[in-house]
Amino acid sequence: MNKKLGVYICHCGGNISDYVDVEQVKKAIESEEGVFLAKTTMFACSDSSQKEMVEDIKKNELDGIVVASCSPKLHLLTFRAVAERANINKYNYVHANIREQSSWAHSDDKTGATEKAVFLVKAAISKARYAESLEPIKIKSKKAVAVIGGGVAGMRAAIELSDMGCPVTLIEREPFVGGRVSQFDILFTTYETGKDLVTRLYNNLLARNNISVYTGAEVIENSGSIGDFKLTIKITPRYIMDRCNEGRLQKAIDACPVEVPDPFNFNITNRKAIYHNFPSEYPHKPVIDIENCTRCGECEKICESVDFSQKEEIIDINVGSVLMATGFDPYTPKDGEFGFNQINNVVTLPQFKRILALSNEPLIYNTRAIKHIAYIYCVGSRQVEGENKYCSRYCCTSVIHASIMAKKKFGNIFNYHFNRGIRTYGKQEVLYNESLKSGDVYLQSYEDDPPVVTQQGNKIVVTVNDILTGKKQMAVEADLVVLVTGMVPRADNSVGSLFKLPKGRDNFFNEIHMKLRPVETVIDGITISGACQGPKNILESSNSALSAATKSFSYVSKGELELEPIVAEIDKNQCTWCGACAEACPFDAIKKIKDGDKEIAMVNNSVCKGCGMCLPVCPTDVINLIAYSNREIESMIDALAGS
Amino acid sequence: MTGKGTQSAKILVFSTEKISDPAIDMAGLLKLHYPPTVYTIAVPCSSSIKSAWILHAYEKGFDGVFIAADGSDCPYGESCTEKTGKIVSRTHEMMKQKDIEPARLRMAAICSVCSESFVKQMKSFNEYLLKNSNM
Ligand SMILES: Cc1cc2nc3c(=O)[nH]c(=O)nc-3n(C[C@H](O)[C@H](O)[C@H](O)COP(=O)(O)OP(=O)(O)OC[C@H]3O[C@@H](n4cnc5c(N)ncnc54)[C@H](O)[C@@H]3O)c2cc1C
Repeated sequence: MNKKLGVYICHCGGNISDYVDVEQVKKAIESEEGVFLAKTTMFACSDSSQKEMVEDIKKNELDGIVVASCSPKLHLLTFRAVAERANINKYNYVHANIREQSSWAHSDDKTGATEKAVFLVKAAISKARYAESLEPIKIKSKKAVAVIGGGVAGMRAAIELSDMGCPVTLIEREPFVGGRVSQFDILFTTYETGKDLVTRLYNNLLARNNISVYTGAEVIENSGSIGDFKLTIKITPRYIMDRCNEGRLQKAIDACPVEVPDPFNFNITNRKAIYHNFPSEYPHKPVIDIENCTRCGECEKICESVDFSQKEEIIDINVGSVLMATGFDPYTPKDGEFGFNQINNVVTLPQFKRILALSNEPLIYNTRAIKHIAYIYCVGSRQVEGENKYCSRYCCTSVIHASIMAKKKFGNIFNYHFNRGIRTYGKQEVLYNESLKSGDVYLQSYEDDPPVVTQQGNKIVVTVNDILTGKKQMAVEADLVVLVTGMVPRADNSVGSLFKLPKGRDNFFNEIHMKLRPVETVIDGITISGACQGPKNILESSNSALSAATKSFSYVSKGELELEPIVAEIDKNQCTWCGACAEACPFDAIKKIKDGDKEIAMVNNSVCKGCGMCLPVCPTDVINLIAYSNREIESMIDALAGS
Repeated sequence: MTGKGTQSAKILVFSTEKISDPAIDMAGLLKLHYPPTVYTIAVPCSSSIKSAWILHAYEKGFDGVFIAADGSDCPYGESCTEKTGKIVSRTHEMMKQKDIEPARLRMAAICSVCSESFVKQMKSFNEYLLKNSNM
């Protein structure tokens, strides 16, 4: 058990060393039992540091290493790979987190942070002393990926996976794929329409025989884990036969007495319970909205293609990885928020985009001719008091683009932008410039003094204390007020709970690390992409979709996966079978077997998930979890206690 | 017992790798401060913590032990909340037998983003231990 260990203490630039005296930590641990060499390093994760570690291990024939740096969630794998490159078993690497759990957490107390770091490194050294060389468990991984959500992100990911030769099941909850982009006309920065983009992606999907697309489909059950997810999908029928007579169908639509607000147009128009897709939605097949249908039978009388005998279908699929692309909802302002739902002609940006798409010259809304338009920025984003502290990213660009389009399409339009600082990042700045040049007026305020919308007789007036002119009060009489609403997580995001996906502070699904592991989640085998992860434009959504597709593929490509060999071990000489462990195991991984003439418990390694629920229930304490054995944990406690 | 002249109790936290440890990491990221004598050992699941480890910690001089439990977010299943609860009550019994005040072991579910709640727990536990324990 006399191991030769190398210990590296990272400055992390100054992230650690500004608060933790790393030299003092080194001094405090270099004479610990087993420590052969101890070094500080500016960036342990840099190429040069990693090379140095490999050389140190080889030259000094070290048995194990400890790196004290950031959270293991970022760099555990990096340093395990260093161990492997130096030809030692990667489980002889132990991580000490002295950044998130010391320097940053105690940046108010440098002495305290340094003392804590010493103890944390000593505990890691204790663990490394007992660490065993382990071989990863190999399991079969089903070469197939389920993509949940058929917006741009989901479709783009499905195509990418298909290109890599991976069978894909694309599951879209709505009767049509396309997501939000299908709702928008001309897009920035490409100037193609939502329809063009969705059509291109959909045709591409259809051209492939390794992608199955289900619309009206929802995952209702999930079991299994990475490599072997078992999903149950409920498919709602369209209640209309595949081949249908368009003429009669239109008459049936006309005859339908049910009218509901049309979510495609963000409720500014109504649609019937039986309805046709918009041209930008696919497949081009009509559908009956069964939740709102009253089953009055009027459509059935006219159109023989209506078929209420169609039944809900339940199908089971088995995939190795799940890629989540469920997108976002636009923020809905509260009643009275900048006059919303209380003053006529106060609309949201998505509604405005639909008004522009649906109107022909001249621009009229609610019988009012529209000439002066006021745009109020950051509604539902960058909130001081509300929950949404984040910037929704797409909206500055989108609203400036829409305001330019309004001018181009209808002429004689005057735009007033009530903003809180313009964030048209990157090339989108060109658009801002174009808007300024065209004479649009920009008025700015701070978050604590937002613009006010009031109805004065027939007039809608927006006032603001404009900070660009020394807080001078400015008032604009507007025909239309557009609330530039941000992105929020989908109202029904229950699919996240089904997969136990953690959410971030913004309530969107959360990645492990924004920069280092941007599409992975803490649930192994599940990746996230597009706007379900946080506000993104199309380019950013597509980029993350490509990244998630590649990551998901890496879990299934070989048909085999290496899992952590962290499983429960039962000391068979001491076990006298009482059954408590088998009862505690949620995965049915422990079975009773005969060993000579006695009965004992045995762990099935390929089923054991390494949760350790069986450990504390064993009355004779003969179960240990690999890498969390009594001696490892107790030696860490000893080190932390300073005993 | 360290820090800027102020005393703090020595607390061992058992966190869980997928749920509560990320919250503790995020507390650091957000620079939400708590006493620097709080030390964490991460385990896969809070239902895997042995009473013997907890008792060992008191024996070696820890003032308090806190289980930052998975709660209903446990990736290994819903039974976790109940199982962790049982570990705590079983350990409380053992502590009584050993004349260790049961209040020196606390548990709360800390979700993967519950950094503020973790920090609150640590501060109040620290205060409690400093005030009430015969440390
Ligand atoms: C007003 C406005 C204008 C915009 N203009 C532009 C622009 O000009 N240029 C630009 O680059 N970006 C623009 N955007 C941003 C763009 O809309 C997003 O980047 C894009 O829609 C994100 O794609 P997505 O696939 O991630 O999400 P979505 O488009 O929201 O698609 C998600 C899909 O998942 C489905 N889904 C949800 N839940 C489930 C479930 N449980 N099971 C199965 N399926 C589910 C949904 O039905 C939907 O089809 C604009 C956004 C808004 C609001």
